Amino acid sequence: MIAHAIVFYIFSLIAIVSAIMVTVSKNTVNSVFFLILDFISISCLFIMIGAEFLGMIMLIVYVGAVAVLFLFVVMMLNVAQQKNEWFNSSGRSSHIPVGLLVSIIIFFELIIVIGGWKYKPDLLDSIAIEINTDLTNTQSLGSVIYTDYIHLFQLSGMVLLVAMIGAIVLTFRQRSGVKRQSYFKQISRDRKDGIELVDVENNKGVKIDA
Amino acid sequence: MAELFIFFEQIYRILFLLIPVLVSVAMIVWLDRRVWAFVQKRRGPNVVGPFGLFQTLADALKYIFKEIIIPASSNKVIFILAPIVTMTLALIAWAVIPFSETFVLADINVGILYLFAVSSLGVYGIIMGGWASNSKYPFLGAIRSAAQMVSYEVSIGVIIINVLLCVGSLNLSDIVLAQKNLWFVIPLFPMFIIFFISALAETNRPPFDLPEAEAELVAGYQTEYSGMMYAMFWLGEYANILLMCAMGSILFLGGWLSPIDLFPFNVIPAPIWLILKILFLFILFALIKAIVPRYRYDQLMKLGWKIFLPFSLIYVVLTASFLMYFDLLPGN
Repeated sequence: MIAHAIVFYIFSLIAIVSAIMVTVSKNTVNSVFFLILDFISISCLFIMIGAEFLGMIMLIVYVGAVAVLFLFVVMMLNVAQQKNEWFNSSGRSSHIPVGLLVSIIIFFELIIVIGGWKYKPDLLDSIAIEINTDLTNTQSLGSVIYTDYIHLFQLSGMVLLVAMIGAIVLTFRQRSGVKRQSYFKQISRDRKDGIELVDVENNKGVKIDA
Repeated sequence: MAELFIFFEQIYRILFLLIPVLVSVAMIVWLDRRVWAFVQKRRGPNVVGPFGLFQTLADALKYIFKEIIIPASSNKVIFILAPIVTMTLALIAWAVIPFSETFVLADINVGILYLFAVSSLGVYGIIMGGWASNSKYPFLGAIRSAAQMVSYEVSIGVIIINVLLCVGSLNLSDIVLAQKNLWFVIPLFPMFIIFFISALAETNRPPFDLPEAEAELVAGYQTEYSGMMYAMFWLGEYANILLMCAMGSILFLGGWLSPIDLFPFNVIPAPIWLILKILFLFILFALIKAIVPRYRYDQLMKLGWKIFLPFSLIYVVLTASFLMYFDLLPGN
């Protein structure tokens, strides 16, 4: 039990320190790396409380995919330089009020969540579905999500689909003059329409690409 | 006292797994070069030791005594961390590989997810190395490989779902035991082919070795690395390849099971069968390296997203419908 507590405190310490470092560190790429460390230690905490499926999915989705794309964006755009320019510029900026508003909302949400913690025992009683403790996490999650909550599940899938199509529509631009490779065309080409023998008259050229 | 004993026992078991893995990584590099040479009608490494078996050890010794050069403009912490991350991630995944019914270091419920998660983390070693070098070619190589690995992970994930539909459990031992009567390579043969090709792309092996395409990017993300740090990237890469071969043999080739449960076959101990299957897949990897030319980058992306992903998704639907119709779904 002591070993369990020690490991728990190690992971939570890493999580908190790296969460602070995300906001504090000067280099944006470093803060993304700290964010990744944060994700990893949080998924370790999930595994420690026995939610191994959630922890692994967190690793696969957030660390394996989302953070990679995040890192991509931060590396490609020179965010650090922009940030410094933005901080140093003396002109009034419209970003600060928006940022303040968002952070105030998040702050109050966190307070509500912590306040709601008081009602946690009542919440556990009000869960309508019986929790079968014989099954593994993965099995019981699947049997709940795909049966009782199938509509909500599909609805969230729809939301993701809309977001995906939106992203494609926003970034897609049709460019003219792009030469694309068509495998089918390439393979179905034969000697007959590839090569043509022409008798060339003296002092007169031939027209190709006719 | 008892806890201390358990601690040392675990360390003993970890070493008992890790040291053979490291030695076999060294041997597999030799095998790779020999197969490559064989296809090209050369001899390959044959000087150091019998059949040149100690070539990799000699190479490793050479790397150890070389100077480690850290570029002045690099981000030094991340530069040093990158090969360590690659090597560590390649090794920790071996914890869940079952070598027989009892011989497995960590028999966890979500074994296949763990393998998938670790292999998806593998991209960080490459991105970190490429970015921290602060140089054009490594950065281009890192970006290429990140895009490539993220794309092919998606199709590997869907292929894993195919197998899981037939098993009904995420535990690797359960996956192997479900293949007692029929290896999944037979009903899911197209998926095996796609898994094999995706594994090539996931480990940056030819014909998908665009991150280190020497004609375009010198050596990709490893360009600035030298000495032992380069060797760690190199060993990590081969450990990852072995891991992918192990994953393929567990998912499709029946893991430690013998092909036929008859006298001469079932006497051979289970780990030997797994090792033979891993070797078989690895020789296929090596042959592909020798006989197939490198892909172009847009072809690679097209293959991943427009061909493999839709095809494996359709196969998921087919597998699920088949199992449902013939009432073969596991867990009932």
